[in-house]
Amino acid sequence: MARIIVITSGKGGVGKTTTSAALAMGLAQRGHRTAVIDFDVGLRNLDLIMGCERRVVYDFVNVINGEAGLNQALIRDKRCDSLYVLPASQTRDKEALTKEGVGKVLEELSHGFDFIVCDSPAGIEHGATMAMYYADDAVVVTNPEVSSVRDSDRMLGILSSKSRRAETNAEPIREFLLLSRYDPLRVQNGEMLSVEDVQEILSLDLLGVIPESRAVLNASNAGVPVILDSESDAGKAYGDAVARYLGEQVPHRFLTVQKKGFFSRLFGG
Amino acid sequence: MGLLDYFRSSRSKGSASVAKERLQILVAHDRSERHRPSYLPMLQREILEVIRKYVDVDMNAVSVNYEQEATREILELNIILPDTARNRA
Repeated sequence: MARIIVITSGKGGVGKTTTSAALAMGLAQRGHRTAVIDFDVGLRNLDLIMGCERRVVYDFVNVINGEAGLNQALIRDKRCDSLYVLPASQTRDKEALTKEGVGKVLEELSHGFDFIVCDSPAGIEHGATMAMYYADDAVVVTNPEVSSVRDSDRMLGILSSKSRRAETNAEPIREFLLLSRYDPLRVQNGEMLSVEDVQEILSLDLLGVIPESRAVLNASNAGVPVILDSESDAGKAYGDAVARYLGEQVPHRFLTVQKKGFFSRLFGG
Repeated sequence: MGLLDYFRSSRSKGSASVAKERLQILVAHDRSERHRPSYLPMLQREILEVIRKYVDVDMNAVSVNYEQEATREILELNIILPDTARNRA
């Protein structure tokens, strides 16, 4: 049976898709058979971030409607054999994702995979509730900024009341905080909420802190999950987050201002 | 304390602490709303209907308040009767 992980946030633009791509790739790189699903019907973007946009033939809604089989719609990643992408449909009919349809696809996937990563759309509408309904674990992606923290708290409320685990009185969804776009210099200057502040407000287990990084845009430009840029700060931070998710004890990095060396100052590194 | 330290300490009390304070209040309020039972608005409306059968009270005359404490839940009902109620009885 696969473990179903939803990547959610409420607010848009905080890094859900970046995180979905990175975590899925990280899990797959460690040999776990992983599928990552784009739930953002009408605004699919995961395929772009994963770099497989030109290989999309069938999508999630085609599978739900029985117009294509799962094996036809799943796109195998060219860099990692154990990673598959299920793209979202570009249809404007948001209701195409039915609870039964999504449940059937996840059920079928869970026989062949270890992890299913669900990339949620922003907001609290249908697509977002469908992405979290069947989840076992939730990664709440939050920026150290007031509206994002508030929306994350709203999502936690929805996770604890409107998921299948909540409705069937099963063991609750495990919830993790992933703080992204973190700028230690601004935190030091008192201009940005610190990781401790956000944790105190949301009281969640901290999966990782992803520093504000140029590597993220560079990676999305190229269609490469940023975790594959293993030299970059963001890539390393996502690598640590994957290790923590799998139960390893890894100290947090990039929480304080990195002192620049003489050469990096000179060459603008 | 040097002049530089003065500037630094005044800055560290900057916008982030304001953000944290605002969020703590907001999140506490949101959470208390979230834990209110969903039947409260309906309850309020039905109580009001019953009262209006006997007394001509205002639509805002009934307030229902729900509070959750560690060991008990308090459902508080407050009904404001109009001054003329006694005359009618």
